Amino acid sequence: MSKILIRGAKVLGGDVQDVLIDGETIEAVGAGLSAEGADVIEAEGKILLPGLVDLHTHLREPGREDSETVLTGTRAAASGGYTAVFAMANTFPVADTAGVVEQVYRLGQEHGYCDVQPIGAVTVGLEGSKLAELGAMHESAAGVTVFSDDGKCVHDAVIMRRALEYVKAFGGVVAQHAQEPRLTEGAQMNEGIVSSELGLGGWPAVAEESIIARDVLLAEHVGSRVHICHLSTAGSVEIVRWAKSRGIDVTAEVTPHHLLLTDEMVRTYNPVYKVNPPLRTERDVMALREALADGTIDIVATDHAPHPHEDKDCEWAAAAMGMVGLETALSVVQQTMVETGLLTWAAVADRMSYAPARIGQAKGHGRPVSAGEPANLTLLDSAYRGEVDPAGFASRSRNTPYEGRELPGRVTHTFLRGRATVVDGKLA
Amino acid sequence: MKRHLISAADLTRDDAVLILDTAEEMARVADRPIKKLPTLRGRTVCNLFFEDSTRTRISFEAAEKRLSADVINFAAKGSSVSKGESLKDTAQTLEAMGVDAVVIRHGASGAPYRLATSGWIDAPVINAGDGTHQHPTQALLDAFTMRRRLIGPDAGLGQDLSGRRITLVGDVLHSRVARSNVDLLHTLGAEVTLVAPPTLVPVGVETWPCEVSYDLDRVLPKTDAVMMLRVQRERMNAAFFPTEREYSRRYGLDGERMARMPEHALVMHPGPMVRGMEITAEVADSDRCTVVEQVANGVSVRMAVLYLLLGGNEPAVTHTRTEEK
Ligand SMILES: [Zn+2]
Repeated sequence: MSKILIRGAKVLGGDVQDVLIDGETIEAVGAGLSAEGADVIEAEGKILLPGLVDLHTHLREPGREDSETVLTGTRAAASGGYTAVFAMANTFPVADTAGVVEQVYRLGQEHGYCDVQPIGAVTVGLEGSKLAELGAMHESAAGVTVFSDDGKCVHDAVIMRRALEYVKAFGGVVAQHAQEPRLTEGAQMNEGIVSSELGLGGWPAVAEESIIARDVLLAEHVGSRVHICHLSTAGSVEIVRWAKSRGIDVTAEVTPHHLLLTDEMVRTYNPVYKVNPPLRTERDVMALREALADGTIDIVATDHAPHPHEDKDCEWAAAAMGMVGLETALSVVQQTMVETGLLTWAAVADRMSYAPARIGQAKGHGRPVSAGEPANLTLLDSAYRGEVDPAGFASRSRNTPYEGRELPGRVTHTFLRGRATVVDGKLA
Repeated sequence: MKRHLISAADLTRDDAVLILDTAEEMARVADRPIKKLPTLRGRTVCNLFFEDSTRTRISFEAAEKRLSADVINFAAKGSSVSKGESLKDTAQTLEAMGVDAVVIRHGASGAPYRLATSGWIDAPVINAGDGTHQHPTQALLDAFTMRRRLIGPDAGLGQDLSGRRITLVGDVLHSRVARSNVDLLHTLGAEVTLVAPPTLVPVGVETWPCEVSYDLDRVLPKTDAVMMLRVQRERMNAAFFPTEREYSRRYGLDGERMARMPEHALVMHPGPMVRGMEITAEVADSDRCTVVEQVANGVSVRMAVLYLLLGGNEPAVTHTRTEEK
């Protein structure tokens, strides 16, 4: 593999530096590096970040290849600047055995757009009643470290306790989709003023908050660590903040859409806005932004949830929940967090690369941009302005709420271990 | 007026009064030997019912036929519509057949709005009840009934319901009738009070243009019309209230309670009435109870809505009156 010189980029939004890649590794970082024998990428004015890591992606393979496959999903990830994604376990069959997680892992390796770290189910079939073979999945070639029944809450307190205890044996983490099932029966959107007006079943904030409160206390009780998926309410933020202040080992994520959109959008009855957890209020959005800024929320995770067109082109109640997010995540974070002054680019690198890699133990990812490190990098043209056009998405699905909306920033290059997966904004 | 009637909130005060006045004209047609107007001759109206409701469907059908429209009834209940795309498919079929208006009843809140705004179909859409969202023609017929009874058929022309005190009692949370009525009655200047156990009061109700009370007995003496809402027995299993007996003791309307209302006050019910839990037979059969009138008025109001959305500027109704003279 030849050498690549990224010339004149603002590394983590800070100093202008050259970065020389040799093979799979960053050889040098500094000013005025020699371009001899290297392909040169002129990066003046652009931001260089460590390759992004998504702890919460739905790749849909096996089972729902009409929505997404490991190939199309990892191409979407690369387009969005990601070099590693954690693939959620709610596939068909469910990723609750070593066989399924190895299959997903190998597909990721074969396609080579992005490292795929499978997430294993906590319970057999996501049914919430019997622990899956967590150890076997950990010992498999996929080396699973994150376990989640995402899409379903591990609502039985005893099962949750056992899972938290059990994964301590190999340093795993349980990622909880916090949703009290009885409080959200028939839920269609955030419970509040808008749901009452629209006559759509309400998903109350307390259904999320009560599970988070329980789980941080369980984690404390058994001395384990817990990760909370997609926080969506101001109250959830308060609980996580309290838990951290108490020394409980909890981490938390927020999605880009919960940083930008509110339940007011649901007035359109357009199912592109139907997502779980639901879009909340302006007050919640502001609390989530603040919490991501002050570190109460550790990471941004996309909850990329592809669905075919026909599953969204219908009435609200019949529509599938979820939206795609890999290709717009960095732009939404730029708009909501960087351009508002809440996060520096260096902090974005933390929330979207270092911290998710650390929580998920993604080897070789979320590393500093410095000599000797794996060359997993993302180059961003932050000055770019343009309307989102889903027709250009690499994902197999188009269920984005941002169609036609102007979002800033565009990933021009992505490098996975020194190999360009995206060049000039196009997949390599 | 807007092109579609999706929500009672779509109507301005003038729109609503115009509909009520037009309905008053339409009501006169019902008294003629031949109950038919030529207004919608050659126009096709489809009654698209994804949810069973014989009463509402028959009411619309009668209205359509009295206006000489060609009527297509499409009942799509059961398994074939469990997958959402069939609403779109059905809409496109109707579009291809060239229907001039769609009356839609659907179990999912927002389905008529989607139908009207997604580009699936071009024709005006009339919401005949969607999920727990809206049922605007029900609200219009209720308002029409109140205006007739409280002001009078002729004296009421051009009038709204300013200053009238209306009480809605029961399962507000799941009631599209309550939502529609609160919107419309407020637009017409009435003061609305909702009475229900706290479990059946929607979150966010504080932003609605009405009062909320848990105490029926305190509200009744100051009420011009009380509207009893349907309480489905399965709500009991979901712990919305302890027992049927306790519900009817606190929120049911019996003769004794009715006696606390002013002389002129009406008792209304959107039907079908389940005698017992929410209303006693004594009340249901009293001459204060307007249930039967509401049914008749439903046809007049729906004629008015169809006429105004579809009939254009033809003075069909005024013409009828001169004929009568
Ligand atoms: Zn989830």
